[in-house]
Amino acid sequence: MELTVHKHATYAYTGGKPFDPALPTVVFIHGAEHDHSVWALQSRYLAHHGRGVLAVDLPGHGRSEGPPLESVEAIADWVIALLDAAGVQRATLIGHSMGSLVSIECAARHPERIAKIVLVGTAVPMKVSEELLNATRDDEPLAQDMVNIWSHAAYAQYPSNPGPGFWVMGGNLRVMQRQKPGVMHVDFKACNDYVNGITAAGKVAAPAMLIVGKRDVMTPPRATKEIAAALADKRIVEIAGTGHALMAEKPDEVLDALRDFV
Amino acid sequence: MAAPRYYNFDTLSLHAGQQPDPHTGARATPIYQTTSYVFRDTDQAAALFNMERAGHVYSRISNPTNAVLEERIAALEGGVAGLATASGQAALHLGLATIAGAGSHVVASRSLYGGSHNLLHYTLPRFGIETTFVDPRDLGAWKNAIRPNTKVLYAETLGNPGLDVLNIPEVAAIAHAAKLPLFVDSTFTTPYLLRPFEHGADLIYHSATKFLGGHGIAIGGLLVDGGIFDWEASGKFPELTEPYDGFHGMDFQEESTVGAFSLRARREGLRDFGACMAPTTAFHILQGLETLPIRMDRHVANTRKVVEFLTRHPAVESVSYPELESHPDYALAKKLLPKGASAVFTFVIKGGRPAGRKLIETVKIFSHLANVGDAKSLVIHPASTTHFRMDDAALLAAGIGPGTIRLSIGLEDPQDLMDDLGAALRMSQKI
Repeated sequence: MELTVHKHATYAYTGGKPFDPALPTVVFIHGAEHDHSVWALQSRYLAHHGRGVLAVDLPGHGRSEGPPLESVEAIADWVIALLDAAGVQRATLIGHSMGSLVSIECAARHPERIAKIVLVGTAVPMKVSEELLNATRDDEPLAQDMVNIWSHAAYAQYPSNPGPGFWVMGGNLRVMQRQKPGVMHVDFKACNDYVNGITAAGKVAAPAMLIVGKRDVMTPPRATKEIAAALADKRIVEIAGTGHALMAEKPDEVLDALRDFV
Repeated sequence: MAAPRYYNFDTLSLHAGQQPDPHTGARATPIYQTTSYVFRDTDQAAALFNMERAGHVYSRISNPTNAVLEERIAALEGGVAGLATASGQAALHLGLATIAGAGSHVVASRSLYGGSHNLLHYTLPRFGIETTFVDPRDLGAWKNAIRPNTKVLYAETLGNPGLDVLNIPEVAAIAHAAKLPLFVDSTFTTPYLLRPFEHGADLIYHSATKFLGGHGIAIGGLLVDGGIFDWEASGKFPELTEPYDGFHGMDFQEESTVGAFSLRARREGLRDFGACMAPTTAFHILQGLETLPIRMDRHVANTRKVVEFLTRHPAVESVSYPELESHPDYALAKKLLPKGASAVFTFVIKGGRPAGRKLIETVKIFSHLANVGDAKSLVIHPASTTHFRMDDAALLAAGIGPGTIRLSIGLEDPQDLMDDLGAALRMSQKI
């Protein structure tokens, strides 16, 4: 569906069903240089199981217009504007990577609007190596390859995503290539510059779930310890055999965790 | 820190798309010889049917053995997904039928495998799909043939049997300027010799029967989606960008930003047309793919030796191979096919049709049959077999004369191949 948020046309995939704001709302927030399609299976499932789903394309990503937002705080406020535009008072946020930071910050700033948060592939702080950050600015194809290779634990995962016959790494690379030039650096810089995460997490009263890929080298399991400690009400789900691209590498396991929590 | 890099081609040929079997530890890809898959519970069943979970339901639509092959070819081509089909022809049909229907138009190279020409020229018009054939070397002809209802430009990477090298970057540019995809048959070149997506193609298919399988034992096709073409921006493909009543109202482009074509091809085309690959065939083709790099190197090396031998032979009028300076696409082949121009080529024997017949009847190692890309060397006379439905004018337009002989060079000792051909050539001149 298309919404207008901050005067820009904004796209949200609603999981193959018309969005109903009367249902418990779940907002899926993708990571850097991605779009809504990284959540295809999980978002579609929840939409067909009693939730109102908004799997957004963040500003400047996918089909959403406007410039990419330059800070996690700005995206967190944008999420509230999105809820306003969709007529939603309270929602659960499910964020991957950069989207997980957005979820923390949003829940801290707007506790009355956020029911629960799910942090998939998270680390706070989310420091980006200088080499990668520079590459996102100077050489996007190189940076995309770095992220693609580092995000996946294996060259094959069963039963693949979004279905058999799809080569996950090829699909992920093409989604990144589909984003507009310049978006990648804005996103990675926003992650790198976000220093308020632990403080924000301390303010989050909403129940939180962390979904951790045991072979994640982008946001490794050890890097989630500090954020997990800062959250008051949390549970941690570890998934074996996956790297940072958890929704693609282990779509069923991620969905099972979500289904039990949201 | 050194930048990370993907596995190289030879490694992908062995590993892409596969892990040791999670249930048994089998290192080789098991043949999942099953039609169907037991659901965990009713909720999982419904989720599989509605594409809320990934998995297998019925082997016409997907199968674990086939999926390994599909993902491997996608990785080798640098695309997003593969679809295994019953044959190369089924892959061509699936590719076209996914984006074209009654009232659609195709612009195709006229230098095509006879079977592909049949489909486009005789059969698809019965279903309302018209084709305009163009000289693949005439870029203006490609452009001029495009109509408002054109859905795709289609050609072979190496035209059959004249080995016209498709100028993929230029033809792709013409297609993209018209908001259309370029669909190529890459059977002769394989991803080892040419990766068409890197040059601008959008969709690829293979007759996997040929070099990919490599041993002449299994018929199969592979369709590969590059994931690059923006169907939404094109605006010409409501099949991919608007809700489809035949699958839960799914808008495939919305569902998958880069895999809309593959989703529709599987969820509609494999489901409804049903031209799926048998899992045992997928296993055979996977076995072939594992050695594709070393086989193609040997195919090409042998071909170069045989081509050189024939160009010097007094009973040979001419040899057509893109690595020869006399070939019209010599410069283009150097650019697009630096690792070799495949292992299929034609030559014209002195003495015309009778001499050709004698040669075919005399060779001992070369097998006279209708295939290419076998580990064993093959010979055929196109005018009387693969292209027999075409009249003389159409034959000439496709670069075939009455004395044209097509060879597919195998993996035998090259000296044995040259000796076999030499003896037969001598006999052919004594009639």
